[in-house]
Amino acid sequence: MSKMMGGPGAAVAARPLGVGDEENINLDRDTSKAVRRRSRQLLLSLLRPERTKFWATVVLVVVAQASRVAGPAIIAMAIDRGVPAAQQEDWTTVGVIGGAYLLAAILAGAASAAFIRLAARVSQAVLLDLRQRVFAQTQRLSLEFHEKYTSGRIIARQTSDLEALRELLDNGITSLASGMLFMLFTGLSLFLLDWRAGMVLAVAVVPVFLVVRWFATRSRVLYRESRVASARMIVNFVENMTGMRAVQAFRREESNNEHFSELAEDYRRNNMKSFNLNGIFDPALQLIGNLTVAIALAVGGYRVLHGDLEVGVLVATLLYTKRFFQPVQQMAGVYNSFQSATAALEKISGLLEEQPTVRNAEDPTPLPHASGDLLFENVTFGYGSGEVVLPQLDLHVPAGQTVALVGATGAGKSTLAKLIARFYDVTEGSVRLDGVDLRDLSRQDLRRAIVMVTQEAYLFSGTVRDNIALGRPDADDEEIVTAAQAVGAHEFILNLPDGYDTDVNKRGGRVSAGQRQLISFARAFLADPAVLILDEATSSLDIPGERLVQRGLESLLHDRTALIIAHRLSTVAIADRVLVMSDGRVVEDGTPDELIAGNGRFSALHAAWRDSLV
Amino acid sequence: MLVSATAPAQRKPADTSTVATLLRLLPFVRPALPRISIGMLCALGAGLCALAIPQVLESLVDGPLAGAATSGDTRGLWLAVGAVLGLGLLEVFFVFLRRRMILTPTTYVEWGMRTTLFKHLQDLPLAFHDQWPGGQLLSRAMTDLNMLRRWMAFGIVMLVVNFATVGVGIALMIRTAGPLGWVYLLGAIPMAILSFRFSRRFRRIARMSQDQAGDLATTVEESVHGIRVLKAYGRGPEAYKNFASQAGELRNTEMTKARQMSAFTFSIISIPECVLGACVFWGVWLVTQGDLTIGALGAFFATAAVINGPVEQLGQLLSMSLTAKTSVDRYFEVLDSENTVADPQKPVRLEEVRGEVRFEAVRFHYPDAPPIDLVPAHTHVPHEAPREEVLTGVDLTVRPGETMALVGLTGSGKTTMAALVPRLFDVTSGAVLLDGVDIRAMTREHLRTQVAIAFEDATLFSASVRENVLLGAPPQARTEADLQRALDIAQAGFVHKLPFGVDTTIGEEGMSLSGGQRQRLALARAIAARPRVLVLDDPLSALDVETEERVTVRLREELSDTTVLVVAHRPSTVALADRVAVLQEGRVTGVGTHSELLVSHLHYRFVISSLIEDEEFDRARGVRV
Repeated sequence: MSKMMGGPGAAVAARPLGVGDEENINLDRDTSKAVRRRSRQLLLSLLRPERTKFWATVVLVVVAQASRVAGPAIIAMAIDRGVPAAQQEDWTTVGVIGGAYLLAAILAGAASAAFIRLAARVSQAVLLDLRQRVFAQTQRLSLEFHEKYTSGRIIARQTSDLEALRELLDNGITSLASGMLFMLFTGLSLFLLDWRAGMVLAVAVVPVFLVVRWFATRSRVLYRESRVASARMIVNFVENMTGMRAVQAFRREESNNEHFSELAEDYRRNNMKSFNLNGIFDPALQLIGNLTVAIALAVGGYRVLHGDLEVGVLVATLLYTKRFFQPVQQMAGVYNSFQSATAALEKISGLLEEQPTVRNAEDPTPLPHASGDLLFENVTFGYGSGEVVLPQLDLHVPAGQTVALVGATGAGKSTLAKLIARFYDVTEGSVRLDGVDLRDLSRQDLRRAIVMVTQEAYLFSGTVRDNIALGRPDADDEEIVTAAQAVGAHEFILNLPDGYDTDVNKRGGRVSAGQRQLISFARAFLADPAVLILDEATSSLDIPGERLVQRGLESLLHDRTALIIAHRLSTVAIADRVLVMSDGRVVEDGTPDELIAGNGRFSALHAAWRDSLV
Repeated sequence: MLVSATAPAQRKPADTSTVATLLRLLPFVRPALPRISIGMLCALGAGLCALAIPQVLESLVDGPLAGAATSGDTRGLWLAVGAVLGLGLLEVFFVFLRRRMILTPTTYVEWGMRTTLFKHLQDLPLAFHDQWPGGQLLSRAMTDLNMLRRWMAFGIVMLVVNFATVGVGIALMIRTAGPLGWVYLLGAIPMAILSFRFSRRFRRIARMSQDQAGDLATTVEESVHGIRVLKAYGRGPEAYKNFASQAGELRNTEMTKARQMSAFTFSIISIPECVLGACVFWGVWLVTQGDLTIGALGAFFATAAVINGPVEQLGQLLSMSLTAKTSVDRYFEVLDSENTVADPQKPVRLEEVRGEVRFEAVRFHYPDAPPIDLVPAHTHVPHEAPREEVLTGVDLTVRPGETMALVGLTGSGKTTMAALVPRLFDVTSGAVLLDGVDIRAMTREHLRTQVAIAFEDATLFSASVRENVLLGAPPQARTEADLQRALDIAQAGFVHKLPFGVDTTIGEEGMSLSGGQRQRLALARAIAARPRVLVLDDPLSALDVETEERVTVRLREELSDTTVLVVAHRPSTVALADRVAVLQEGRVTGVGTHSELLVSHLHYRFVISSLIEDEEFDRARGVRV
């Protein structure tokens, strides 16, 4: 995607800007240019597949406009030729003229109707394309990106920014083209009718140009600001709605109201500023138009008095002059939407420009049947450019081994797990599955072979069945039930109002934290990977639940590699091997029995845990 | 379906009349009304100017120019030019004034409606938020209100102006060309009928499209919030496929809208133009009969040309108005949602809170619990239709200063019980009492100052550690020492190692923290609130054994005079408690100390003990099912 947008000779920024400067309104010249180019290129790339239809809509508009432009000319003809002819009892001229008018009327209606349909197809295709691109991009980007870029901002990109583009498309980007053509037609007709009246018009174009340029510079900054203001408001809104429980429990309503009101006020003020700008732009164009009509009248009327011009022609020239400026106002509106949409596309194109830090292999090594042999070789890792979390790690986990990772919070257990799941890539060294560097595996092979279950068991809208099936979408009902049974989730699911078909977000679908974890466990069971990582996946289970899971685990982990991170040491009992981590290093390594028998940390931890049991 | 959100099922778009809907806007719009009215007058003025220009032209053609070319009388010409110029300037002035008058107040109306919505949403109980997906709320707060503002600033004004312009235009046409004008007016009859039919159909589809757009926003939100799961299973492509098909549906709806609009546009353009075509014949005939001057015929068509634009615009304005009406409906749907957990009229204020919490015959079901489906919509629903209850009669007293653990199987209603204390939900029947006073008799503000709660899945906001921890702290307890104390008790010393210590931004827009770290901050937050009653909903689940133990010890030391209700899964958490209550099948089946219950209560042993033999375990399971 970025290749497409890079464009030839895009030498402005060696590294794409991405979302880096998103909140900045007063960009320096070069950045501003680069960002605008990026935005325009995105718009062009969106319109390109629709170009045939796009031009067809322009043709339709031209036909519609031409039939309407023909109106005054036909009327002028009716007055200048039809009336004298009719006075001579010759009605054929009037018949032809009237017939032509009717024809033009039908044509104008039909062409306009067809235009609306086709234009909607273009604009809907563009919006759909962009929506999908943004969605695919957010899925493609690594977790590292998502940890910085809030969900609210992505939602802002997908809603209010897209809305801005939609407005442009609806207001008819095509009407920009058609408006120009209309003016061209009207102008030409005027020249043909009477070139001197045409000259008046030609002079009037100069101030129009100047006004437009003035508006463009001013509005650019305002619309950029508008995008930032609306995104801030959305981010705040989403965050508070998502965390409503804490908001209410801690009585944040008042201060939230204040804050949100301020954000809404920023947005309002910005809106008002751009309206006021428009409030000068639009009347200014109209002023130029009306002055031009008056001047054309003076010039034309003077010539009629001198017998240089027919009355009918004067009426027609004046109508044309007036009409010439009709689309100017509409185009001012479109231009305004264009400015707003460009600002929105600046942000969207920035998001699309981002590169995932964890990239798909270009030429993946196929690994259809992984056995689950894991190897950490000289691995060093730190988040972003920050502190090193794992310094120099070498570790071999043979296929089929169940490993328990133990250590205090912050010891690097989760980091190790995330590296295996390739949520992050190692800074140095490599992680290998069956001897293949994870970075050389295709996404499909990697995700089939390695699955990680985290503590936060997120459930999506949909039924319990859907949520389990996420582990393997092609699983049949029987397999889903088997998976639920294996982890001890079957019973509570059956007790839900609609069993497996209970919608987790709707009536009666309320499931507790522990039940959510069971569902996510069933999900992992169904996925049936060669390597299973459980990162605190049982923390919310009650003891009987954990016990059931434990039983399931023993069969589940029987023939696969497993990495278990658990604060509760009950899980550790089934491990073949225990690794105790501290400050990113493995400080103890052995079978549970060996370590318990020793006098290291694990032995102490285990004793404490043992004491806490009843 | 995976990652595809849908609107709450109970919503039935009410088919309210457009006028009734608009009247509801009045309180919001009232302050802006004078300026909007002046703006409308300006718009009318501008329209009249535009109409007057052809009239001036007519008098010019009929007057100085008609056959007077030879006389060389230029005075009339200059008069006419002056008039056209003057009218032109006046028109521009009116346009300028209209914008100034209308646009600023509409931004205030939009702001007012938006902040009112936000305020109301914060006031609404959690039960409401459980049912309404975020995208639907967001689309109302943003897209719908934007739409409404645009309609107020442009749509309604232009609608009024266009009607007026067309009216005046037709009057002028009748005045200048008599019967021709009447013919033109006849064209309005089929147009009115068509508009009516169009409105009915378009409104339905507009509503559908707006709802679908809200659902799409929800799907986006979920796909980002659930990104870790999607990544872990490599299910991005499936999520994408789903989103794409949902977006495709929205496109189809929009296309249906476009098709209806297209058909309507055809009539709205062709009908008046065809009428004008007929007028050509008749007009010329009238001229030959001497019943009409050439100038009048010219003016008739010139006026027709001027009102042609407004007539054609009517279609667009109509569809805009219908969409705006839908937006208003959607907005008020949320604003009309009744707050079932509201403050009482005459609230009781406890001066000295001892901290006794009593559950009296508490029954509870979530408001959306089934089986309301079984009741046909049109029949009168008896006050208590049987629903799936979570709590079926809980009686429990937590003494002042006591720490009470709540133990039960997952899904037994512990979290629900905890949420009842700060009134995040209200009991269905029975009562929860604080110091003997029904908590529904107090304001939520007052109650929640006394009661703090820490959840298992901790919600952190995009703010500094300090702000997050002191979120609910009373004004007199927001010092550095208070912060340190809370962090210290919750064993959240790790914050000092963050890049900016307690001023580091966390939450979505800041540093991401581990589950255990988040839980400790949520716990610190509850402690910093200095409550009389502390409700802990399994807040230690993600902590390692050592940390958990340290937290437990500190809590015991520091909170000796605070009433604590703690939801527990583990023996180690139970150790915090003076007494334990066992929750089973929606009621409390045993209260006592840990060791008492361990001996006497089979279910308790089953729930809390890892040491019972497999045989007993399975027997207990069997009992349960």
